[in-house]
Amino acid sequence: MTLQDIIDQLDLKLLTDQRDFDQMTPSSGYASDLLSCVMAGARNRGIWITLQAHSNVVAIGALLELSAIIISEGATPDLDTIAKANEEGVTLLVTDKPTFYVAGKLWELGLRAV
Amino acid sequence: MHTVVSPCAAVEMIPPLIVHEAIERGINLIAITDHNSSANIAAVQKAALGTELTVLPGMELQTREEVHVLCLFDTLEQIETWQAEVDARLPDIQNNVDYFGEQFVLDESGEFIRREARLLITSANLTLKESVECVNRLGGLVIPAHVNRRAFSLIANLGFVPPDLPLEVLEISRHLSPQAACDTFHQLKNYALIQSGDVHRLKEFMGANVFRLAGPGIAEIKKALLNQAGRSSTIRSFSN
Repeated sequence: MTLQDIIDQLDLKLLTDQRDFDQMTPSSGYASDLLSCVMAGARNRGIWITLQAHSNVVAIGALLELSAIIISEGATPDLDTIAKANEEGVTLLVTDKPTFYVAGKLWELGLRAV
Repeated sequence: MHTVVSPCAAVEMIPPLIVHEAIERGINLIAITDHNSSANIAAVQKAALGTELTVLPGMELQTREEVHVLCLFDTLEQIETWQAEVDARLPDIQNNVDYFGEQFVLDESGEFIRREARLLITSANLTLKESVECVNRLGGLVIPAHVNRRAFSLIANLGFVPPDLPLEVLEISRHLSPQAACDTFHQLKNYALIQSGDVHRLKEFMGANVFRLAGPGIAEIKKALLNQAGRSSTIRSFSN
């Protein structure tokens, strides 16, 4: 399953630059809003779901080379955060749906936990 | 420290007892920092009139990221302006006394005035960045609270101290020494530190921060924390 499939199936809105999402296959999924846990728990090339929209999410996305960060519950990062994500090559996706819904859908699509 | 408007504070955290306890312990500067509230500050200030104790207006704000930050000011006017910002961003949820506890607003003698009906221990819809900018603009000082803790702290919730924020001071909790805090969180070496007890009970008063100031106030405290102009600050080691 490619990142493009996930974006289409979950109707996610892309905030950052378009990339070759149909060439990217996320490794796993992780959900937490405590960024200290994410740094320790999320896996390289994984997808991380959070309702935190703070700019620190970008640094963690870059650090872990995540496939994408899905920001849930309609939380919206500011323009500086989006610009920083583009500089760092981090993909930010947003949805109004809650984290549990997003995680459930990703599981249905075949993505698994770390 | 907290007063009884914070639902988690002990019933003894009333203006006259707070002032008495501080003076007994030789403490001459405190800040009242209730959860998202400034309702009892004036009462504690009045209770301290005529004593050696200075009571700074403050608040322990819970930001949208669920990060607790201390917001300190010089005057009641400043904190009232800040309180209006916070009130406009607090969710309209009533306090459940059985679950969270009472939120009492008192006068300087500790007499009951009213219950704060709105739930205070929740997040205001203000980002950390917005909060820092607004408090700084009002002439206050933001100090992220108990950054070493596993919950409601800048480092637990946001992973690390955002380098782009104009923060100069961080607070560590009573549970570890400044050296141990810096050994665990290397980023702390880049910041001035204070240590406070997050006081919810009279027995928790610490008096750990020793400032050399020309007078009590935010500008002087900032200078002391940054070791400027002959002002200085140290954290006294203690055992509790």
